[in-house]
Amino acid sequence: MIKLGEAELAKYPFLADAGQHLPEYGFTLEQLAQDPDLVVVREKAFNRIYTTTQTGKIYKSDPKGSTALPLEVLSFILAIVLLKQSRANFLIKKFAMQEARGAERFLERDLGQGTTDIQIETTRKIIWDLAQIKISKRDRYYVIAVPDYLRRAVLFQAREWKLINRQVRDGWVYLNPHETVRLIRQELVNYISDKISSAATPPMISGLQDMVDKLILLNSKFQPQIAYSDKNPPCVQHAIDTLADGKNLSHAGRFMLATFLLSRGYNVKEIAPYFKNAPDYNESITLYQLNHLAGKSGNNTQYACQSCAKLKSANLCYATSECEGVRNPMQFGVKR
Amino acid sequence: MNSADEEFISQCLRKYYYEYFGIINIPSKLNRYEFGYQKPNSPMIRHIQLQDAAELRSTLMQELPLDVFLSSARYLFPSLPMAEKEWQDADLIFDIDAKDLNLECRPSHTVQVCATCGKVKDKGCACDSPQIKDVSVTCDRCMDASKKEVKKLLDILYGDLGVKESQAEVYFSGNDGFHIHVHDLKFLNLNSLERSELVDYVMCNGMLPESLGMKKSGATSLPQLTDAGWPGRFAHHMFGSKTARQQKIKKITADGYARFADTLKGLPHTLGACIDPGVTTDVRRIFRMPGTINGKSGMTKMACTDMAKFNPYKDAVLINDSTVTVNASCPISFKLMNKKFGPYNNKDVDMPSYAAMYMMCKGLAHKV
Repeated sequence: MIKLGEAELAKYPFLADAGQHLPEYGFTLEQLAQDPDLVVVREKAFNRIYTTTQTGKIYKSDPKGSTALPLEVLSFILAIVLLKQSRANFLIKKFAMQEARGAERFLERDLGQGTTDIQIETTRKIIWDLAQIKISKRDRYYVIAVPDYLRRAVLFQAREWKLINRQVRDGWVYLNPHETVRLIRQELVNYISDKISSAATPPMISGLQDMVDKLILLNSKFQPQIAYSDKNPPCVQHAIDTLADGKNLSHAGRFMLATFLLSRGYNVKEIAPYFKNAPDYNESITLYQLNHLAGKSGNNTQYACQSCAKLKSANLCYATSECEGVRNPMQFGVKR
Repeated sequence: MNSADEEFISQCLRKYYYEYFGIINIPSKLNRYEFGYQKPNSPMIRHIQLQDAAELRSTLMQELPLDVFLSSARYLFPSLPMAEKEWQDADLIFDIDAKDLNLECRPSHTVQVCATCGKVKDKGCACDSPQIKDVSVTCDRCMDASKKEVKKLLDILYGDLGVKESQAEVYFSGNDGFHIHVHDLKFLNLNSLERSELVDYVMCNGMLPESLGMKKSGATSLPQLTDAGWPGRFAHHMFGSKTARQQKIKKITADGYARFADTLKGLPHTLGACIDPGVTTDVRRIFRMPGTINGKSGMTKMACTDMAKFNPYKDAVLINDSTVTVNASCPISFKLMNKKFGPYNNKDVDMPSYAAMYMMCKGLAHKV
């Protein structure tokens, strides 16, 4: 971990070490919770969670000014304490995401408008610490190695992130500051989430009880209600129709159909008839292969349905507008 | 394949692996790979760990396998079941197969063989079985087209993805296409999903008009001929020359965004390298070992150092030429070692061992 200046810590408070900073400012957790002079820290900590998770807006920190550093860092530390005490898993996820979005803005600005080499260098080092990505500046772009890019970009659904839609040269992907930072969002989120997970849960302190109760109530509102549709995703329906018509379905297509139906809870005997019209149908081979996929033979591993990205590469995707937001056929028709 | 064919092929293989063991490309840490093989009319045997070249040699000489495979991946425990092997990394492999190129010549050198009786359809097959196997014989046009795909792929690997020429090996598959093995360290740890993105990149799948400077608003800043990567390739394909560029841009702008998006849908077939996506994305596959015989043809999976001069139907034919008599059924002629063979109509003929083995591997001849 690099040693950060005060300005950087105010912008990226999650990089601060709570155990080091609380004593450094001469505070204890009890003081943070109860001291009337520190009400501003408590309000900021609560709002940091409440506004970002309730409204979806990115928390705006103010890294300038002489009180900025303690306020930003202490409110972040206290926010973590509140989240730990409320055990609000949905809020923790949302909080980590929104804090990451806030940090993205600073990283992007520092990469794009960094006036000094030191500023850019520090930002590059922060990115290295967060995501272990080496980035270099080339003209007005930042470049990142193709494998580093792929490891992150495959998690994005928007087609603009496909490698084919990027400027690629000599093993490097060319990105602007916004794209560079967007690419590591998940790592930022994970970093902040890990920070929260690894923090110890302190015993309840009286001054925090009200805020914790409010957060518990807020968290309960986010419990999702899930409804499933009976409709098959178009890729699976296409495979079913192909077989029903007595046409040949590729090996990959059969794998997709079988693993999808298995994951939806069908058993091998219920799935086998789908393959009856295949030109090369053989009952015993079909049952053997289905049992293998179901984990009832071989290494006892039940195979999962492949992702949409994989199916697309194998020319098995027949996406419709209903597939929007779906990354795996198993997610099709699931309404939250 | 009957027992006499098997005996003949075993003799050829014994001689081959005795004389040509040296051309087999054996990786330095052979004991990290999963090894597998298949003998004629037998199931595949895999999950084998070989310690060194000596063990490989003795396995080949004892078992005389028709097909020999090695994993693209390295494992901690190659001989354990798949879930317990502990995958470490895997070479990046591309497979270019002429049969996937949808070439017009294909039907003219493809024989339909009945999967039930093994005889050529309409030439002695009396079965009413709907199960038919397409068996293709040698074709220079198919090879030339496959070579073009290899060139396209290598241009992308070297120019766009930064693979050094020393880290990519091109092999004739031994039958109907080419295998490209990339050993570049930076790609070895990529998982299947990440490799599928590389597949889409080399095949030119999923390109957005915006990536080439075409916006829905109508504003265009289409690529220059000097651009690198896909924009440059598109510019060469679409404009041809600097002078034609301006005129073509006018037309593209007038035609609009939707028409342009349709044009891009055709790019995978024209500009993209035609590879088998399943091979590249499968990081646990066992793959034909370079320098071994391809059981579909009796030819060798052979390294190609000079693609332009490489003649697969000569350079990869290493089975001996001693004369042998076979009963041949092949309604189409084919060429090996610059000699024409066939057509044969259920006829006993004398031919060199390499041609006999070629036909036996394809089920078009049997030892007399």
